[in-house]
Amino acid sequence: MRIELERRPEVSRLYSILSPFIALALTIFFGGIMFLLLGKDPVSALYSFFIEPLMEVWSLHELAIKAAPLILIAVGLSVCYRSNNWNIGAEGQFIMGAIAGSILPVVFYEWHSPLVLPLMMLLGMLGGALFAGIPAFLKAHLNTNEILSSLMLVYVAQLFLDWLVRGPWRNPGGMNFPETRTFDPITILPEMITSGRAHWGFGFAIIAAVLIWFMMRYTLKGFEITVLGQSERAGRFAGFSSRKMIWFSMLLSGALAGLAGIAEVSGAIQQLRPVISPGYGFTAIIVAFLGRLNPLGIVVAGLVLALTYLGGEAVQVSLQISDKPIKVFQGMLLFFVLSCDTLIHYKIRMMWFDLSDKPVGEVR
Amino acid sequence: MKKLVFALAATAAVLGFSVQASAQEKAKICFVYVGSKTDGGWTQAHDIGRQELEKALADKIETQFLENVPEGPDAERAIERLARSGCGLIFTTSFGFMDATVKIAAKFPDVKFEHATGYKTAPNLATYNSRFYEGRYIQGQIAAKISQKGVAGYIASFPIPEVVMGINSFVTGARTVNPDFKIKVVWANTWFDPGKEADAAKALIDQGVDVLTQHTDTTAPMQVAAERGIKAFGQASDMIKAGPETQLTAIVDTWGAYYIKRTQAFIDGKWETTSSWDGLKDGILTMAPYTNMPDDVKAMAEATQKKIEAGELKPFTGPLKKQDGSDWLKDGEVAEDGVLLGMNFYVEGVDDKLPQ
Repeated sequence: MRIELERRPEVSRLYSILSPFIALALTIFFGGIMFLLLGKDPVSALYSFFIEPLMEVWSLHELAIKAAPLILIAVGLSVCYRSNNWNIGAEGQFIMGAIAGSILPVVFYEWHSPLVLPLMMLLGMLGGALFAGIPAFLKAHLNTNEILSSLMLVYVAQLFLDWLVRGPWRNPGGMNFPETRTFDPITILPEMITSGRAHWGFGFAIIAAVLIWFMMRYTLKGFEITVLGQSERAGRFAGFSSRKMIWFSMLLSGALAGLAGIAEVSGAIQQLRPVISPGYGFTAIIVAFLGRLNPLGIVVAGLVLALTYLGGEAVQVSLQISDKPIKVFQGMLLFFVLSCDTLIHYKIRMMWFDLSDKPVGEVR
Repeated sequence: MKKLVFALAATAAVLGFSVQASAQEKAKICFVYVGSKTDGGWTQAHDIGRQELEKALADKIETQFLENVPEGPDAERAIERLARSGCGLIFTTSFGFMDATVKIAAKFPDVKFEHATGYKTAPNLATYNSRFYEGRYIQGQIAAKISQKGVAGYIASFPIPEVVMGINSFVTGARTVNPDFKIKVVWANTWFDPGKEADAAKALIDQGVDVLTQHTDTTAPMQVAAERGIKAFGQASDMIKAGPETQLTAIVDTWGAYYIKRTQAFIDGKWETTSSWDGLKDGILTMAPYTNMPDDVKAMAEATQKKIEAGELKPFTGPLKKQDGSDWLKDGEVAEDGVLLGMNFYVEGVDDKLPQ
């Protein structure tokens, strides 16, 4: 027996819209069974997971904080992936953006000016873009595989940050602990509204998503990205340069990842530490595909993924269980969403009797 | 399709109705863990403490925990969630939770907080720590007796005062037995990484150390020591199972006593902020049974332990010199806690350059 995925001749609009809901229903069903098997009330588990985090103002703020870097990075990545450039190193660009932006509050901490914060954000974007420029250069001029080079550079960035906070940038008043001095209030990204601690990082994410959506849909650049991504040859006939596109998409996604990095550090952590990201750059890859590489879809996907983190904690607290079943549940959600999406484009064909690769005589 | 829509609607309705609000009389005591509660080391020791607390005061309290909480903004959210869910007293059990705990404590003045191993307090935020170095002093003495070569290997995590203090205490103890005793240090730059820790252990043994101690949390170094046939000390938990013929003793974190003491004070309304730094005598750390050593060494270790418990012996008592040979403590002078908590220099006998 063999299972094959066969591309559907046309994609059903109805199911494109319904697929996330079907996935959600499947997750609720199978997740419910899991909670039942654990001896927990599935209804209250599902309530804590999906509804409770949305019922309180503070929790909505936390949702925005968690979603902001994911959306910001994923929006940039969507441009890359649409144009067939596989930037896997957003985590490193995030870190380098955070480092570049932190030059002002850590090294020039005595400089107080309203200019500091905007400059930090710009430096963050610059840092991320320059770091993404390395794999871009290697691909554009040496035809190096950007998946490998961008991924490997993540470790470079992580170790560079580690060295900085243990070495030259260590807080002189920090008892030898590996962290920089805490940022001056003037260098901290302010809260968006006064009801909670969600900072402007989320605002940046929404603005970036809308701008990129507009670019992809209504501008020639967006068309160029799509054409080059689908067929480089066709793009060349239209006079588009795939080399320039490598630079454009990598620098753009690097800049957005860098902005996410400095916004996270300035808005939420307020100092540099050896580890500043629980893998946002990698999770954002999931977010990008969860949002079907559409900037507005990515906003929703980022919020959903952030919800799974918050909901996971809420379930741990309300049901008194360990975080392992929660991880399984999060995994189920992603699995069902992505497989439902796959089945919009493909159908499964079971090859019950496959004569071709069996010796004659064994066919039953 | 209709069926699906109906199912979704039904689910939503059920979810909407199930707001659970069971009023409770018991005080809620909560814990935030940086690792998994079954990590076999640091977090597990805290969780055992939590279980002891639950057993001891079962009729008055219930406990709750969040595990694998990353340090940083996630910690802030996790602590806030617990504070909002009705926890009266919250223990945050990793140094990296310090600033998050400070922020949330300021936001919830009616909730009490206790942060492990930090140094920032507030009217509703206490800190607590354990004088692990007392155990390391005993280990140093044992090592100096056991070692043929007079060199011990030390697998260290991060060059923070806590760890430097442990190294210095170990050497100081060893030098009371063998004034020429030396230690070699390898910085693993991790608290929990079996691979790196095993590599560090192998490197140290290859450099000729014949007794091993660690300030990291896995049993990997113990296993390497067992394979290579040298002796070693366990860390955070009793690691005798990893080295039945190898472990001399282990510093076992026994937080339960502290958790019970503080929770009792909380229930009685007598909780006050402190910077608690308990030691062997308070039971916040205990020594695993002294094994795999001659009786006279065991007797010495037990005698030293008694003296420390009785307060007759303080590990950091002069005369002591710093690594560069300059004087640190005069004869009979005892190091102040403040100095220990910010310790960023080695004492004499450490064969390593402190990463600065």
